[in-house]
Order: sequence, then C-alpha cells, then structure tokens
Amino acid sequence: MSVSVQEADFDAGAEIAALSAGRDDVGAVASFVGLVRADKAATVMPPAQPGAVSPADGAGETAAVQAMTLEHYSGMTEKALDAIVTEARGRWNIYGVRVIHRVGRLLPGDRIVFVAVASAHRGEAFAACEFIMDYLKTRAPFWKKEETPEGGHWVDARESDDHAAGRWNR
Amino acid sequence: MIKVLFFAGLRETLGKGSESLALPAGVGTVGALRDHLAARGEAWSALATMKNLRSAVNQQMVGPEAAIKAGDEVAFFPPVTGG
Repeated sequence: MSVSVQEADFDAGAEIAALSAGRDDVGAVASFVGLVRADKAATVMPPAQPGAVSPADGAGETAAVQAMTLEHYSGMTEKALDAIVTEARGRWNIYGVRVIHRVGRLLPGDRIVFVAVASAHRGEAFAACEFIMDYLKTRAPFWKKEETPEGGHWVDARESDDHAAGRWNR
Repeated sequence: MIKVLFFAGLRETLGKGSESLALPAGVGTVGALRDHLAARGEAWSALATMKNLRSAVNQQMVGPEAAIKAGDEVAFFPPVTGG
C-alpha cells in the first residue's frame, strides 16, 4: 500500500510482481501506465462570432509537444494520494495498491503515472484502478506545463476528467 | 503569521511561490484572504479573475468559505492536471 512521487522512472513489471509476491490470495492485478504524448498542444479558440467565417482546419493547434514539466505541491500531493487510496480500500476489497507519479521534466514516450491494484478477483481490481486514476486526475495537486517550439504553456483542466471522477458518486 | 503558497500558472503570474504574512485584520476565510491579496493590484488581480481558482488549507482542498487562522498554510492554484 504505497504512494510515491518521484523524478525517477519506474519498472511497471517489477511493481506488479511485488503486489502479489509471497501471497496466494491475489487472483488479479489490474494496472494502468500513463505516458507523455507528443500530440498537438491544444489552444483555446476565441468564441465564434455570429456570421464569422469558420477557422480553417488545423487552426487552433500549435506544434507538437516536445517535453512536459510536472509541478506538484510537495506534502499535499502525498496526502491527497493517500486519501484516494484509502477511499478505494473502503469501496472495494483490495489487497494491495501501488501509485507512482513522476514530477519534473519528461519527454514524449516517458512513463508519467502508474497505478496497480491487487485483489482476489478482476472486477474489484479493475474498478479500483480506474477509480484511483479518475480521482488522481481531479484531486491530486499536479500541474503539467507543455513545451512546444512556440514556448511553454500550462495544460488546462478538462471537464471530461471531472465527469469521469463524478460518475463514482452515482 | 500564515504561509501562503501559489502553484503553476498562478505562481508564474505572481512571480513568487510563497510568502509569509501576518493574518490581516478581518480576514477569517480563504475567500477573504483571496480578496485581500487581489486588492494589491497589478499581477495580484489574477487571484480575483482566475477562473476556477482552487484553494487548500493545511494541504486539504477547501472552498472559499473555509476558515483560516494564524499558523495555517494556505495555497492557491489552478485546477489540477496530473496523470
């Protein structure tokens, strides 16, 4: 049951193996690995004016992301992640959880986040893993700054992430 | 005294990540502190205008109605974007 915020990379296979090492009651380990994507950095388009000509395809996009820097609130981050894991343990019967989130400067293709949950059965492992990721994205104090050839900009929070976290309230 | 922290784009806008200050008279909530700081003008007005500004007291996410007292650590930041 542990949470790490670190600059160093991680070995997903070793982390998964550690969750069931030495025990015979684990029937499922569900895991998620998030990677830095080199897609187009989104930019905010001004609201369309009535009668305005639609922007050409591709307008509103900037050049590809070359790197990403992760900032966090040291101290609060660990507490927030611990609280998310504790809530997951209250909802599902899970035997082990591992959360790793990297900070600092990362390049496209780099691993950025890891969540793995061990349980007796896959249903609880899958659900808890997805729950932890959804809550992490909306409740843990991390911020991403993308670097493109045109400069750096902070990534805006996505409403879809709030919706993803909100469905666990139902 | 209270410690106030700023993160991400807000930190860059203000040009600082933290400061310590005496809890101003009449300021008893996170919202009142935000208004007090925003009234400094110039870059500080971002605290008033930033959409969806988030706050935390002693490392717990809270809303503007949350009480603050001397010795607290108060943080302001944009919506989070980890993962």
